[in-house]
Amino acid sequence: MILRRDSSPLGRATSGFLLVAFVCLIFADIAISTGDPWREFGLLLTGIVTPDFYQTDSLALAIAYTLAFALLGVAFANVIGFGLALIFHYRIVRVGCAFIRAIHELFWALIFLQMFGLSPLTGVLAITIPYAGIIAKVYAEILEEADQRPLSAVPVGAGRASTFLFVRLPDAWAHFRTYSMYRLECGLRSSAVLGFIGLPTLGFHLETAFKEGLYSEVSALLILFYLIIATMRVWMKKPLLPVYLIGAAAILPWGVAFSWSHIGRFLTEDIIPYPIRAGGDNMMAALGDWVSMLMVDQIWPGTIATVQLTMIALVATGFLTMAFFPLISPLLLGRAARTGGHVFLVVVRSTPEYILAFVLLNLWGPSMLPAIVALSLHNAAIIGHLIGRFTETLQLRLDAVRGVNRYFYEVVPRIYRPMLALLFYRWEIIMRETAILGILGIATLGFYVDSAFADLRFDRALFLILITAMLNICVDAISRTIRNRLRLQTTLEER
Amino acid sequence: MPLLELRDESAGYDGKSILREVSIDIEAGERIALVGESGAGKSTLLRLLYSRLGDAAALMPQDSALVQALTVFHNVYMGRLHKRSVWRNLRNLVLPAAADVEEVRKVLAPLRLEEKMFANVGQLSGGQYQRTALARALYHPGRVIVADEPVSSVDEHQAREILATMNGEKETVLLAMHDRALALEFADRIVGIRDGRIVMDTPSAGMTPDDLDELYLSEGAVAA
Repeated sequence: MILRRDSSPLGRATSGFLLVAFVCLIFADIAISTGDPWREFGLLLTGIVTPDFYQTDSLALAIAYTLAFALLGVAFANVIGFGLALIFHYRIVRVGCAFIRAIHELFWALIFLQMFGLSPLTGVLAITIPYAGIIAKVYAEILEEADQRPLSAVPVGAGRASTFLFVRLPDAWAHFRTYSMYRLECGLRSSAVLGFIGLPTLGFHLETAFKEGLYSEVSALLILFYLIIATMRVWMKKPLLPVYLIGAAAILPWGVAFSWSHIGRFLTEDIIPYPIRAGGDNMMAALGDWVSMLMVDQIWPGTIATVQLTMIALVATGFLTMAFFPLISPLLLGRAARTGGHVFLVVVRSTPEYILAFVLLNLWGPSMLPAIVALSLHNAAIIGHLIGRFTETLQLRLDAVRGVNRYFYEVVPRIYRPMLALLFYRWEIIMRETAILGILGIATLGFYVDSAFADLRFDRALFLILITAMLNICVDAISRTIRNRLRLQTTLEER
Repeated sequence: MPLLELRDESAGYDGKSILREVSIDIEAGERIALVGESGAGKSTLLRLLYSRLGDAAALMPQDSALVQALTVFHNVYMGRLHKRSVWRNLRNLVLPAAADVEEVRKVLAPLRLEEKMFANVGQLSGGQYQRTALARALYHPGRVIVADEPVSSVDEHQAREILATMNGEKETVLLAMHDRALALEFADRIVGIRDGRIVMDTPSAGMTPDDLDELYLSEGAVAA
């Protein structure tokens, strides 16, 4: 008699995603096209181990600007996001928040760049707007999950505001603070990357130094960045927050002028699809041609590349996570080795995927490979960290096997479900990043957006950004359906 | 005129009826204990009474229901949330006003909680936790206290202290209790509930815990 194993829903989901990623990989361009990639890599490594902190006077200023944009952007996003969380039960608010957070901060920055030029407003708004959408959602969930029992003891006749202040807010407050710290860390990464499109943050200097082959300077910039993130819990203290915010507002160069008429023209003319602006008798026909032209030439190929890259990166992230989490798991490694593991994961997850992709692209030449490696390294470091911490709570029996057998028989079966939950949760984030990596020259939707901005075709750029946002919202919905169906849940600390 | 009267009231939740055609009169100044098996309908009747009393009554819910993230002061101050403006409440949340601290201190002192005034309630022992819930109900200006198993998680010594304070501070006391001896000792009227009906309503004077036995026999046992 042959006994057949029933296929489990988790197993089916896993094989499905593996298959899709495999098919995507077959059609992907992952060639290394540079003549001697390893020579350049050697030079980079040499630079990394010989950081040069004295090379540039602007180093301190770059760090200060990076901090200033992140602090102001996240602070405003917190205030707005909190306000939106209070009215999150209105459908219009939920949809609005889903929309503004579906557009990556770099796309927002490209839009504001056309309106405010290099004014600090561009950088602050680019962080504030998408972050407010994210924070509103998370804060609304936190408020929903707050302990409701004390409500029963509130005296009859106490107003809604007082009840909210004393019953719902206090429990949520601690979660708000933890989450704000996490958001600030994300804000620092976003702020650094904003330099790549011209704002005076870390990314700007990184790009310049990298293009000139000044790898020791690159190393110094990155090390300072890691130190700032690693020591955040030391320097970010509540009483100091006003000082930081005033300081941040004071050092940013607000003097950069922008013209209101220019902004008005951008909003009322430049971003209106060209056929509508031109008007005329066959406006509708012209508009149809315009849309189908964009569809065939840009949206379709861009969407295919974006989805293809996302699926490969998602599955690669899963594989890498399986390799990364043991590095900090007390079930599998000793204390000394885990310390090394922690440092490795902190460095990898603190490096924005955009910067990783930029570096790899310069080493290997343009293909999907740098993007796949950058996205999966960064995301696997984040999920690996969370899963590694999760294994600290697992209790194995005393006679449990050791080594590789323990990994496969005792640990992996226990972490697989939470790992998939986190992986699906980050699917949409990976997609958003995939689109944005197009700015570096990989043919995802971001590539077409960036080209449209470069050609001053703002109507096309905006249309493409809208399409990208819709794609992100779709993936978010699919991911939520799959998570619900497989009963995969993430906890508050993991968002 | 009685403080409260129910006439043939039914109540329940999820379409399931818990109380069936209950009638009861309550006079101001009475100390009433509802006794009966768990699930008999004590809590439901207590909730019904509380909802009729409105802001004349303070509630001590079964699980104490303190706000974990706040201090003892804030949890007790909540007893008068409805008597203060939103601005004063907000102000006291951020920076407690001296006048309100003084008022809360007067409630806390006899309960031996004065030193814990600015401790987070998460750090309290079981007895301190329960006494904080009592302090909140005492700080409530209502003359009636409605308490659902207020001494279920403390030892007998602390239980007596809590019940005696309640009797001393509030005019009318409505309790749900599973401890029969304590119910007889601290209440002057016993209301026995079984299967959602009031099956006993007598003064407690002269009763012994054994007299309440019939409330606790399961239906099957009676039939046999």
